[in-house]
Amino acid sequence: MADHAYGMLAEFDSPETLKTAVRKAREAGYRRLDAFTPFPVEGLERLLRLPRPNISWVGLIGGLVGGSVALLMQCYVNYDFPINVGGRPLYAISAFAVVMFELTILFSALSMIGVMLWQNGLPRLNHPLFGARRFHLASKDRFFLCIGAADGEFDEDRTSTFLRQVGASSVELVPR
Amino acid sequence: MTDRSADILPVNQSIGGVSDQLTGIPLHFPAERRWLIAMLFASLLLLLFLVSVVELFTRGVGIWGINIPVNWAFAIHNYVWWLGIGHAGTLISALLLLTQSEWRNSLNRFAETMTLFAVVCAGIYPVLHLGRPWYLYWMFPYPATMEVWPQFRSPLEWDIWAVLTYLTVSLAFWYTGLIPDLAAARDRATKRGWQIFFGITSLGWRGSAAHWLRWSQAYRLTAGLAVPLVVSVHSEVSLLFAAGQIPGWHSTIFPPYFVLGAAFSGFAVVSIIAISLRSWFGLNNLVTDDHLDLLGMVLLATGLMTAYGYVFEVFDALYSGDAHELQTLTDRLTGAYAWTYWGAIAFNFIPLQALWWRSVRRTGWSLMLISIAVAIGMWLERYMILVTSLYRDFLVSSWSKFTPTFWDWSTYFGTIGLFLVPFLIAIRVIPLISIFETEELLHAEEEETHG
Repeated sequence: MADHAYGMLAEFDSPETLKTAVRKAREAGYRRLDAFTPFPVEGLERLLRLPRPNISWVGLIGGLVGGSVALLMQCYVNYDFPINVGGRPLYAISAFAVVMFELTILFSALSMIGVMLWQNGLPRLNHPLFGARRFHLASKDRFFLCIGAADGEFDEDRTSTFLRQVGASSVELVPR
Repeated sequence: MTDRSADILPVNQSIGGVSDQLTGIPLHFPAERRWLIAMLFASLLLLLFLVSVVELFTRGVGIWGINIPVNWAFAIHNYVWWLGIGHAGTLISALLLLTQSEWRNSLNRFAETMTLFAVVCAGIYPVLHLGRPWYLYWMFPYPATMEVWPQFRSPLEWDIWAVLTYLTVSLAFWYTGLIPDLAAARDRATKRGWQIFFGITSLGWRGSAAHWLRWSQAYRLTAGLAVPLVVSVHSEVSLLFAAGQIPGWHSTIFPPYFVLGAAFSGFAVVSIIAISLRSWFGLNNLVTDDHLDLLGMVLLATGLMTAYGYVFEVFDALYSGDAHELQTLTDRLTGAYAWTYWGAIAFNFIPLQALWWRSVRRTGWSLMLISIAVAIGMWLERYMILVTSLYRDFLVSSWSKFTPTFWDWSTYFGTIGLFLVPFLIAIRVIPLISIFETEELLHAEEEETHG
C-alpha cells in the first residue's frame, strides 16, 4: 500500500485551522506528520512534538574552535618569526584579541548556518512534495499538512477522509 | 516599540497579495525604463572606476595626491566612509530583529544588500592603496619560502581579518534570510529561466516546520553575532588610527566615535535607498510613512550621539594639554582644511535638526535631502580626520599639504558605480523586501484586529 506513495497532503486556509488539524491528527494516532507553511508558525513545533534544535551548541563549539585557532595561529606565527618591536611582548594577548574575536564569530556563524542546512537536508534539487499539484502555494498563503505513508495508521481512504473531516480545503495523494 | 509596530503595515492587504506584489518585482519587472537609465548611469561610473584602476596599476599610487606625510588620504578616507555606510544594514537587520522591532521587516533586505556592496567598495580601497596590490596575499599566514609571517601585533593586519569576516558573515546572513523568499519566487516563476535560477538558489526550500525551527534558531543566533561584529569591525577600523601616535588620532574616544558615526551615515543611506525604491516600485503599502518616521528618529538619535563625539574630541584635546594635540585642534578649527571641519558640522548637524518635526520625518523628499546632507557631512568628517591630523605632525620640517587629483576623484566616483551596478542587478533579480517576514507580520496584525 505505502510503497508507491510518499504521503497524503492536505491544504488549509490559515495557521489556526492547520494547528487544529495537527492536534486532531496526533489524537487520531498519526505520528509521521510534517507541516509546510509560508512563514514560521508559532506553536506548531510543540503540536508536532519536534525536538529542540541544537544549533546553539554548534554555534558555541564553532566559536570556541574559531577563537582557539586564532590564538594558536597568532602565537605560532610570533614563535616562528619573532620580531622585537620596542621590547613589547611577543605573545601580546591584547593585540591578538581582535583577530580572535573575528574568527570566533566567523567560525560560529558559518558552522551554525552550515549545520542548519545539513540537518535540514538542503540543498536538494527535488523532493516528492514538489510534484503535488497545489504545493507551490505553501510559499504563498496556504498551509499544508502531510501525513507520511510510512505512518502505521496510514491508509489512503481513511487518511483522506480524516483530513477532509478536520477542515482541509483540498487533499492530495503525493506519489513517491 | 511593540504598541507602535502593532499596525506598522496597513491591514487591508492580503498575505497572498503581498507575496504576488513582491515576487512580481523580479519576475515581471515593473520599471524597466527607469532601471535601464539608472543602470546606464551606474555602468558609466563603473567604467570610470575600471579606467582609474588600470591607470593606477600602470603608473602607481603617485597618480593620487598622496605624499609624505599625507600618505593616507582618499583611499582610507573612503574606505572608512563606505564601511560605515555598510554597518547600518547589519544593524537594521540584526539588532532590530533581536529587539523584535517588526518595522525592520520592510527595510532589512535592501539594507543588507546595501551592506554587501558597500563593504566590497570599502574593501577594495586598501587593496588599491597597497601600491603593489599583487602582493595582497602577503597579508595571509601561509608557509612562505621567505620564512616570514604576517605581523599580528599590527592593526593593519587586523584590518583584513575584520573586513573579510564582516563580508563573509554579512553574505551568509543575507543569503540565509533570502532562502525562503527565493523559494517563494521559484513557486511563482512561470518562465523556464527564472524557474531554474530560483530553483537552484532556493536550495530546495519547502517551508517544513522542522526546517523553519532550525532556520529560525540559526538566523537569530547569527543576528546575535552580527551585532557585536559590527561594533568590533568599526572599532578595529578606528584602531588603525588610534593605535598610531599622530596627534588627533591617538585617543580612546575613537572606537565609539567611529561606530556611532558609521551608524549615522549608514542610516542616512538606508533612508535614501528606502525613499528611492518606494517611489520607484510603488511600495507605499510596505514602506510606509511610519517607516520613514522611525528612520528619521534613528537618524536624529545617532546624529546627536555623533555630535557628542565631536564635543568630546575637542574636550579630549583640551584636557590632555598636549602641545601637539592642541596644535592639531587649532589646525582643524582654523587651519588650511578648516572647511572640512566646519563643512562636516554644517552638513551633519544643522539640517538634522529639522528631524525634530514629525512632518519633516514623514515626508519623503525632506528626509531624502537631510540624508544626502548627512552622507556628504560624514564624508567631510572622514576627510577631516585623515588630512588634518597628517598634514602637520610633530616635526615642522615634515609639514606638507594634500590636494586630491583627478584620479583621486575618479576612483571615488567610480566606487559609487561599483556599488550601484551590483545593487541594481540585485533589485532586478531578488525579492527586495522580505516576503515571509512581511507575511508573518501581516498575519500577526490581522490576528490582533480580528481576535
